[in-house]
Amino acid sequence: MGLAAVSGQLGALGYGLAAIGPGIGVGIIFAAYIQASARQPESAGANRTWLIFGFAVVEALALFGLVLAFALS
Amino acid sequence: MKGGSVGQPTFLAEGFPPGVKDFDFQSWIPSLRDSDWGLAFTKITFMVWLAVAIIIVFFLVTYRSPKLVPDRKQWLAESIYGFIREGVAKDVIGHEGLRFAPYLTTLFCFIAVTNIFAIIPLFQISPNSHIAFPAILGIISYVMFIYLGIKKHGAAKYFRTNLFMPGIPWPLYFLITPIEFISTFLTRPVTLAVRLFANMFAGHLMLLVFTLGGVAMLGSANVLVMGLSVFSFLMAIVMTFFEVMVIFLQAYVFAMLTASYIQGAIADEH
Repeated sequence: MGLAAVSGQLGALGYGLAAIGPGIGVGIIFAAYIQASARQPESAGANRTWLIFGFAVVEALALFGLVLAFALS
Repeated sequence: MKGGSVGQPTFLAEGFPPGVKDFDFQSWIPSLRDSDWGLAFTKITFMVWLAVAIIIVFFLVTYRSPKLVPDRKQWLAESIYGFIREGVAKDVIGHEGLRFAPYLTTLFCFIAVTNIFAIIPLFQISPNSHIAFPAILGIISYVMFIYLGIKKHGAAKYFRTNLFMPGIPWPLYFLITPIEFISTFLTRPVTLAVRLFANMFAGHLMLLVFTLGGVAMLGSANVLVMGLSVFSFLMAIVMTFFEVMVIFLQAYVFAMLTASYIQGAIADEH
């Protein structure tokens, strides 16, 4: 056994670590949309496309972790 | 039994905890069950054929005799097509994008209908939770944007402007070109497919967890756990509503990303 060996459910651990970044990322995206809509409400409709787009792209990274947790279990 | 920590589960809860095995379906033709062809006739493939039939029949019937002032069915079909044509094809690709509007609408409708099966009773799983179907859709988008780029610019010029972007000092090419190659030509089809697959897989798994977990909690000997199972079923209902948003979001994002890649491929370089 190495010094920092981890045993047990590595998939769950990996997914938990993988979800940190996208969690922050989704928060940043929505924060930017809320701030932009608050400063200039007329831009809300135009920004909504990029909100949805950005959210889906960032969320995909978290879901890779979930899929790999199952695929490699 | 597997769910032993909540007491002695009844026969209803034998599927808990759910896992990858819950996504396997048996062939509908019993004699083919153990062969390779058996998987071609399962509930999943039936759903794919049903989705194709629904889309073809819907658009054919609503456009059988189009009128200038549309009736409700024609209005619905036109709204769906107009939404993708204006919002995705024209907005993202530009004026040239109008010739891709039919394909993008078909893509959006196919993914939306196959995803909707995830929340309809008796089906309750989306075919996109098997990696094969999103993989093929991703490969089609991948081949499409590379083909369009090569047809418009010529193979040498297309790869040169994509991998060795103009306007950058040449030592940076050692850093940027591998990154551009991997991000444009290797990971794009993979992320397209895995995004759709993972969303549908995770959604189905979560619905399974809450539903089967509620049933497992109902079968426990502890009365408190039995009473708390109502929250599990409540969460299953909440997650079903959440699934509706995810379904249409994933269809829209897939179509929009395909349009974005096409736009990147046929963009005119200055």
